[in-house]
Amino acid sequence: MAEVLTHTTQATASHPEELNYLNENRGLKSWLFTVDHKRIGVMYFWTIMLMFFIGGVLALVLRTELLTPKQTIVDAATYNQLFTLHGAIMTFMVLVPLIPATLGNFAMPIMLGAKDVAFPRLNLASYYVYVCGAIMAVSAILGGGLDTGWTFYTPYSSTTGGGVSVMTMAAFVLGFSSILTGVNFIATIHKLRAPGMTWYNMPLFIWGMYATSVIQVLATPVIGITMVLLLMERLFQIGIFDANLGGDPVLFQHFFWFYSHPVVYIMILPGMAIISEVIPTFSQKPIFGYKPIAWSSVGIAVVGFLVWGHHMFVSGQSEFAAAVFSFITFLVAIPSGVKIWNWMATMYRGSISLKAPMLYAISFLLLFGIGGLTGLFLGTLAVDVHLHDTYFVVAHFHYVMMGGTLIAFFAGVHYWWPKMFGRMYNETWAAIACLLVFLGFNGTFLPQFILGSRGMPRRYYNYLDQFQFLHVSSTIGSYVLGVGLIMMAVVLIAPLMRKRYDAPSNPWGGASLEWTVSSPAPTHNFHHDPVVTHGPYDYKAARAAEKAGSHA
Amino acid sequence: MSDIAMPSGGAHDHGHAHDHPKFLQHHFHSAKQQFEASKLGMWLFLVTEILLFSGLFLAYFMLQARHPEAFISAHHHLDRTMGLVNTVVLLISSFTMVMAVQSAALSRTKATLAYLYVTLGLGGTFMVIKYFEYMHKIHDGLLPGNLYSYAGASVPGEYLFFSMYFVMTGIHGIHILAGMGVIAYLIYRTHKGDYSSAYYTPVDLTGLYWHLVDLIWIYLFPLLYLVS
Repeated sequence: MAEVLTHTTQATASHPEELNYLNENRGLKSWLFTVDHKRIGVMYFWTIMLMFFIGGVLALVLRTELLTPKQTIVDAATYNQLFTLHGAIMTFMVLVPLIPATLGNFAMPIMLGAKDVAFPRLNLASYYVYVCGAIMAVSAILGGGLDTGWTFYTPYSSTTGGGVSVMTMAAFVLGFSSILTGVNFIATIHKLRAPGMTWYNMPLFIWGMYATSVIQVLATPVIGITMVLLLMERLFQIGIFDANLGGDPVLFQHFFWFYSHPVVYIMILPGMAIISEVIPTFSQKPIFGYKPIAWSSVGIAVVGFLVWGHHMFVSGQSEFAAAVFSFITFLVAIPSGVKIWNWMATMYRGSISLKAPMLYAISFLLLFGIGGLTGLFLGTLAVDVHLHDTYFVVAHFHYVMMGGTLIAFFAGVHYWWPKMFGRMYNETWAAIACLLVFLGFNGTFLPQFILGSRGMPRRYYNYLDQFQFLHVSSTIGSYVLGVGLIMMAVVLIAPLMRKRYDAPSNPWGGASLEWTVSSPAPTHNFHHDPVVTHGPYDYKAARAAEKAGSHA
Repeated sequence: MSDIAMPSGGAHDHGHAHDHPKFLQHHFHSAKQQFEASKLGMWLFLVTEILLFSGLFLAYFMLQARHPEAFISAHHHLDRTMGLVNTVVLLISSFTMVMAVQSAALSRTKATLAYLYVTLGLGGTFMVIKYFEYMHKIHDGLLPGNLYSYAGASVPGEYLFFSMYFVMTGIHGIHILAGMGVIAYLIYRTHKGDYSSAYYTPVDLTGLYWHLVDLIWIYLFPLLYLVS
């Protein structure tokens, strides 16, 4: 860690002796009972990263097993459990809470000019509810017998081994945590904005959080009741989802996707929200098309509720319904495209600096572009019949969920890391890690598009010999990706060993409110109640204000 | 907005000034802001409740459409009188809850307490009647899914009706019990003299919740007891 970049030239470097949210109160108890949104965000961060690590290791085991057409390292039953766990952990425990609960919790109130979220105790409760859900899920994993895939389709899920019951309750509990966060964020954004922080003065990150929260509040209760009904079906065979008992298994699919399609927007909208901060800051240029980006988040949230049937084109639902769902699915491309073009227009003729957050943001544009466009293939009825349940689908949603959400999350983590922990990381190594992640990711999932289009079904343990080359390429890519992620973690964590806080208040030249306070942020965020005088992307005004502040 | 308390020169002045009442949390500027945020939060929570029950209603309609005869036949086993009495009990409890909120807003502590006790009692009455209804069903074996063991003549698939009956009224009953718990807590706090016209947010919000739970019963009653 030789050449750590410090920006001491920046005028407002924090005083070394200044108290902040990390060192003002010490000891385990001050963390476990904290109601500070920043500390709760940090606790969420480490917990979710632990789950991400577990899910990631499972993925590497899966890829290793797929090196050969026959058994490689695990038997078939174990393989079925492993991909279920990988999917369930990554969706319910990592992707859903990932950005709102960590970076949203940490940064959103500061960006609004508020001292905290509207309901701080509820915020802490949501964390512990999440931990309970995660413990239940892990115990279901250790109990074994959970091999339904993360989608829990009936009637298999209502008749198979014991782990499913605990897992469905875990999903219910995790949903509660998600609802609490959503309610909290909406109330915060409505009621706790600083003077001068009008709706159109809010950073676009906040708009993304708002749209996300709306979906969390509207969609999550439905998966909650679905999980309760599934549990009742398992315990008492109440008959609702089992055709043998007079029920309807397709009804379960409708219920499940009514939540689980909007939930992918719970995952991707916060990612887009981060990109809307990072790209203008590292282009030092006001965002192009503020209102279209803001309203396209809301647009995606609304349209996202009307497309769940595109997961069920081959389920036996009516052809008319399928055609309508297919058409509405295409509509999602419009607000997504609006965002992409506006981001590119923001970069056009900006003074772009390729720091780590920006490198991840540009990776996002490329990967999400591929993920989004291949989604249109799948939304097309006739094509989907061919591609349904193949590796093409696997590749598509990994491009959107990992290439989109997780890469954007990494951009946000590198962006706010100095504000969260008060130390700068090594830029060169961060850039190398980003490159490895980018290459490894494409190495893993590009071959899967080809595999899928040639007919390799998803979730299969064995495969035909002709697919081996592509499977081996994908596995090698996943190893590169794993190395890249570990390198990223080392680059970020190594500076935390230093005692001194060396990050300046505003290392990237950002113009939103979180860059006006010291790094790490003070316990109560602001020493004086802030009044917003310029827009979140007015970099000229922000530089002027910073200069004036340093001379005062 | 108007009464921003600016901390002056005194460096660590966390002992709030006189315009910061003790119920006002530090991150709010004014009591009005805190009240509005809490109210919005409660409405959002109620939205999630409505969506939760919407799933159940949808499931009910799907099953009823598939087995109309079984549903009509099965619902004759329900006791309409008890259902009607329970509906009236909840309607009255909604009224007493409104009066409790009103009294709290006017700082009439004694009246608030009286209305809260009556509301709590009516909630209890509902649950007692429900208990007798449940015991009767359990005795006859009119139960959900594989627990169904009714000996008399019946149309095939009647257990589906009782699946929905027990899941829907069961989840609704849990909501009534939760509401009673909260009302009991409000009574405790009112005894301590915590609520007045300056601050009665918890009473107000519990009122909203209680009305929603009543409203859901208003839909459950015709759906389950008056099938045609």
